[in-house]
Amino acid sequence: MKNKYSIFSLIKNAFSYHENWQRAWRDPEPKKEYDAIIIGGGGHGLATAFYLAKKHNMTNIAVVEKGWIGGGNTGRNTTIIRSNYLWDASAGLYDHALKIWEGLSQELNYNVMFSQRGVMNLAHNLQDVRDLKRRTHANRLNGIDAVWLNTEEVKKFCPIINTSPDIRYPVLGGTLQRRAGTARHDAVAWGYARGADAMGVDIIQNCEVKGIKRNGDSVEGIETTKGFIKTKKIGVVAAGHSSVIANMVDLKLPLESKPLQALVSEPVKPIIDTVVMSNAVHAYVSQSDKGELVIGAGTDAYVSYTQRGSHDVVEGTLKAILELYPIFSRMKMLRQWGGIVDICPDASPIISKTHIKGLYFNCGWGTGGFKATPGSGDLFAHTIANDEPHKLNADFNINRFVSGDLVDEHGAAAVAH
Amino acid sequence: MFLINCPYCGERDQSEFSAGGEAHIVRPKQPTELSDDQWAEFLFMRKNIKGVQLERWNHAHGCRKWFNMVRDTSNDKIHAVYKMGEKPPLK
Repeated sequence: MKNKYSIFSLIKNAFSYHENWQRAWRDPEPKKEYDAIIIGGGGHGLATAFYLAKKHNMTNIAVVEKGWIGGGNTGRNTTIIRSNYLWDASAGLYDHALKIWEGLSQELNYNVMFSQRGVMNLAHNLQDVRDLKRRTHANRLNGIDAVWLNTEEVKKFCPIINTSPDIRYPVLGGTLQRRAGTARHDAVAWGYARGADAMGVDIIQNCEVKGIKRNGDSVEGIETTKGFIKTKKIGVVAAGHSSVIANMVDLKLPLESKPLQALVSEPVKPIIDTVVMSNAVHAYVSQSDKGELVIGAGTDAYVSYTQRGSHDVVEGTLKAILELYPIFSRMKMLRQWGGIVDICPDASPIISKTHIKGLYFNCGWGTGGFKATPGSGDLFAHTIANDEPHKLNADFNINRFVSGDLVDEHGAAAVAH
Repeated sequence: MFLINCPYCGERDQSEFSAGGEAHIVRPKQPTELSDDQWAEFLFMRKNIKGVQLERWNHAHGCRKWFNMVRDTSNDKIHAVYKMGEKPPLK
């Protein structure tokens, strides 16, 4: 039984110098067999396990992670959460996630530091204005809050933006989703891990999957660095390494894996209290609670699993940042890193069964998966438990690449693919 | 970021080049005969290999010629560069 986190437990533990806190999750050895195994211990994978246990009573399950939980893209993203996507299918998917975010800290009894500080998307040319206004209308028809701001309103909402008409790409306006914001990315992984563990889910770290054993058209288990584990259901949530797992069963996915970079500055006093994104010049920025500017750069345009990324990509992003925010001109950047993102041709994810019985994939989140973490886990758990998709992820099946029924979200994806 | 030895221009910075994805995916000779599955395979499905992969590259800000490359995607090391129409060098 897990002790509940509260103000009282904080005070109680203060008396013993915080040396007696209960372990947040166990470190079990794998059992011989599970009812289901999730490959990948990031936010999406842990959320999947959590909802499998909580909503579908599947507690004899495991999450296997080759490194440590939350050490991949969960700990490498820029923590932005929003649901202002264009198409109905995406709006349903991402707003489902946003609604779970709104109560997530209470649901998990873990402070994920969800902060609805708003996300503003800027328009820099006439086509941007048309596209973003169209998206605002589409959002509102789907019940998602969205407003159009003109240049003065943009300046009022975020005064440090340079709205001079003389810059190379002047700010012609922007959209604002007030319910959007940020969360503490590590806390999401840790909160779901603690919650899943409390219901009996085994979280097995430092356990890399080496192969998938099949019997005809169905799966029998996984070969790992900790031995063979038997199971009838495998949910793959391996982000940038999804194709690596798929290649183990000769399954081809419509994915390309590329490094996506982010960087943070030295910490400064509060200067920007929202998230501002600009697709056209490719710059987005927010400020962490520690005071660092969190800046998202672009992807490299070639397949790579190096978790580094190219210098010219960062340079391009910082040029745009400096033109939009001249006040940052003397800021020093402290850290830069890359994460490997798996990008689908239509910039939408895959949450789907495959033609192999018992093998499910949740992948293709590309450059924007963090925001969807709770919804993705919930819907993927439903798909695995019932062997059929929930109506909210039915459109995100693998077969859309055969039928041609794509969910083209290139416009709403923050990072140009 | 790395250097690429363009078979026509010699060694240049990677930022001069654009990647064209997996190489040797042949455009179907009879597009009208293709099933939806075969179209999907040609258009979208990729091996996306972590390791040594054959790729097409274009010297976009140079000679603008296309060529092929043998590159390890796990460390960005380039093993060989060869011209369009040539067979990949044996590993």
